[in-house]
Amino acid sequence: MTGERKTILDVRDLQIVLPAGGDRPYALSDFNLTVGEGEIVCLVGESGSGKSLAANAVMRLLPEPHVRVSQGAISLCGQDLLSLPEAGMRAIRGDRMAMIFQEPMTALNPQKSVGWQIDEVLKLHTRLSKAERKARTLEILRDVHIPDPASTYNAYPHQISGGQRQRVMIAMALVLKPQLIIADEPTTALDVTTQKQILKLIKDLQQAQGTGILFITHDFGVVAEIADRIAVLRFGELVEQGPASQILLNPQHPYTQKLIAAVPALTPPPAKPVSNEPVVLEAKDLRKTFAARGGFLSGKRAPVMAVKDLSFQLRRGETLGVVGESGSGKTTVSRIVTRLLESDSGEVCVDGRDLLSASRAELRALRKDIQMVFQDPMASLNPRRRVVELIAQGPIVQGVARSVAHARARELLSLVELPPAAAERYPHEFSGGQRQRIGIARALAMEPRVIVADEPVSALDVSVQAQVLKLLADLRDRLHLSLLFVTHDLRVAAQLCDKVIVMSKGEIVEAGPTARVFAHPEHPYTRSLLDSIPGRDWEPPVRNVA
Amino acid sequence: MSLPVPPLLTYTVRRVVQAIPIIILIMIGSFLLIKLAPGDTVDALVGDMGGADPAFIARLRAEYGLDESVMVQLWRYMLKLAQFDFGWSYVYEQPVITVLMSRIGNTMLLMASSLAMAFTFGVALGAIAARRAYSWTDNMISTLGLVFYAMPSFFLSLLLILIFSVKLGWLPVGGIRTIGAFKTGWADVADVARHLVMPTAALSLIYLAFYMRLMRTSVLEVMDLDFVRTARAKGAGGARLMFHHVMRNALLPVVTLLGLQFSTVLGGSVIVETIFSLPGIGQLAYTSVVKRDLNTLMGIIAISSIIVVIVNVVTDLVYAWLDPRIELK
Repeated sequence: MTGERKTILDVRDLQIVLPAGGDRPYALSDFNLTVGEGEIVCLVGESGSGKSLAANAVMRLLPEPHVRVSQGAISLCGQDLLSLPEAGMRAIRGDRMAMIFQEPMTALNPQKSVGWQIDEVLKLHTRLSKAERKARTLEILRDVHIPDPASTYNAYPHQISGGQRQRVMIAMALVLKPQLIIADEPTTALDVTTQKQILKLIKDLQQAQGTGILFITHDFGVVAEIADRIAVLRFGELVEQGPASQILLNPQHPYTQKLIAAVPALTPPPAKPVSNEPVVLEAKDLRKTFAARGGFLSGKRAPVMAVKDLSFQLRRGETLGVVGESGSGKTTVSRIVTRLLESDSGEVCVDGRDLLSASRAELRALRKDIQMVFQDPMASLNPRRRVVELIAQGPIVQGVARSVAHARARELLSLVELPPAAAERYPHEFSGGQRQRIGIARALAMEPRVIVADEPVSALDVSVQAQVLKLLADLRDRLHLSLLFVTHDLRVAAQLCDKVIVMSKGEIVEAGPTARVFAHPEHPYTRSLLDSIPGRDWEPPVRNVA
Repeated sequence: MSLPVPPLLTYTVRRVVQAIPIIILIMIGSFLLIKLAPGDTVDALVGDMGGADPAFIARLRAEYGLDESVMVQLWRYMLKLAQFDFGWSYVYEQPVITVLMSRIGNTMLLMASSLAMAFTFGVALGAIAARRAYSWTDNMISTLGLVFYAMPSFFLSLLLILIFSVKLGWLPVGGIRTIGAFKTGWADVADVARHLVMPTAALSLIYLAFYMRLMRTSVLEVMDLDFVRTARAKGAGGARLMFHHVMRNALLPVVTLLGLQFSTVLGGSVIVETIFSLPGIGQLAYTSVVKRDLNTLMGIIAISSIIVVIVNVVTDLVYAWLDPRIELK
């Protein structure tokens, strides 16, 4: 506790029980934490460390009775939360303390408009009239810098970008000026400029209102950007706690040191000499517009130009990074070049053969050469099939004999450094990083020439991220693959990509070798993108701990 | 979009137009299938009369146009159908359309009330069961659902008649109105409603079990989703959470099933209408088959397919209304 500050949240000796048969009996034990007025406390840890459960325990949203608080006390401004009846707790949630979740897409009700969902908070906790609530909702949407709040009010969550959805979440949390906000990885799913804006937004609003924030994250860049105090959690135990400057610059515990060392450095790889390898993937003048919709039963939305006259070349063995904000069209590009989405015009040539005008049968043959690795390995693997079947499925569809495909799938597992026993297991039995390895093995099963990876490491912990990136780089070099690497994370792009194209609003604003673009960005947009990298001013102190 | 036509309207019109070839195919297929079965109207008529001499039979066949080849008969029938003429029923001695129209109301009433009952109670019970999952309430609802689901509608109908008409004498055994009562106004409505209680119950209970089980699973699934947690973090709870966040999302698969099952309810009404001697399309279908009344049977098939097509379009519209992520194209 910092002396002069009023304590908002006080957690003492918290212990959370996990159901019997788990990997450990307690999700959290001996957990002590305070958040003062106007203070941002970062709770850092990798997945499985129990940080989200700690947050849910404070909100009393644990999946009881399987997971429950067995010991300890939680108080909000001196009021004991654990002894409150459910109705009393309901009155506090959303009003005096609010929560911001990680996945703004799934955390918003898909069937209700944005306006309705913010309005609900007001409806639940205030006696404002309908008109007053609408005015307040539009005001908070403006406060979180949503462009065109009136249009967004009528939009459904799937119609706005990820960054905007997170702004809506924040608006929802802030609309009643709570004393405490619990932010559970609120910027993890966002890209840098958006992340910077959101972090700034959270900080500004928090300073204006004196809100205490418990900020949960795994990203030390974000921590460096925002934290007043840091608590590091591992396997349910606090390993280190202290002021931000002390932990960031002089971490004491070996685990903290290791975590900080895994943060990718911002120095791009040395520029390779100009490659004379053949061009394997070429895009010419791609263009895609998403039509306007709505108007009959819902509010109007304008048409969106997602990709505008985009061209690029990818040579063999090369990695081309596509970076940009959400809504810049980078994912649309990855979907057009794999023809998961039809473009309005333009050409995509794989080894000189046009993919976009290919017939169904030709397309099936061409797909073999260009494979995708998706962002969310859990969502992109069929949970009801064994790993070996998942990997062998593609080749079998292409006409490879079942036994051959299965044997090859097992080889691929060792290639992506998974044990042979993994073949017979189901996706849910693996960790996020292992699942992404399965995703990579599945892409490799087709023996592609190009792999299009759409944010393949953004769902992973830093230490795991580093391993998967290393694996991708390694495989690229050994198999002479070309990578089209779509990412929002410039640290990751700096690690892996030989060349980058920077996209904004569907257009390429800058392209060139990564080292050149990162060192001497020419376009103002690129500069702003590089400026937004969280914790860019922070030099991680420990470099030699692996 | 350049034209100021609402997409909803263009979508609906396009779907209806697309359905026309489907209906034509159904009609041709059914016609040929019926012709494959041995016996025709004349056989049935002569059978009723107790026999007749071959010359008379041949004359009757010529008169009804049954002496031509199947293809010629089909061609003639389809030509008439193209002018919305369903032909003449030789059994009822009336135009088929008149016969159908006098009965369609009863069937629609029965189907609408059964499905409404099944849907409303199924969804409500399913939601309650999911809310109290694995409790005593849930077990009881689920078991009851299983019992209804396992019971054939004809058996249930007879059971109901035995209990409520024969033993207790509360409800009429069959028919749509009390014969000879000639009630008017609300008295008539009440009379019809009384006659429909048992058929509706018999027809709806099976479907109720369907919707209940599906809704229970669906609600359990939705309750685990992130946005429900968000709603709880906002302070929503109880009925509000259930209605606005959980149930509307959980309804999607149930609505799909509702659309699909409409046609099976039509089939089920054949049995129920026959047992309760309700003068509806189902009962008409049964007698038409027995009497080999081809024109009436074809008329029933046409009407049924039109109803099913309409219901499917409506289902898609409801689905799009429930889920804004679905674009009608």
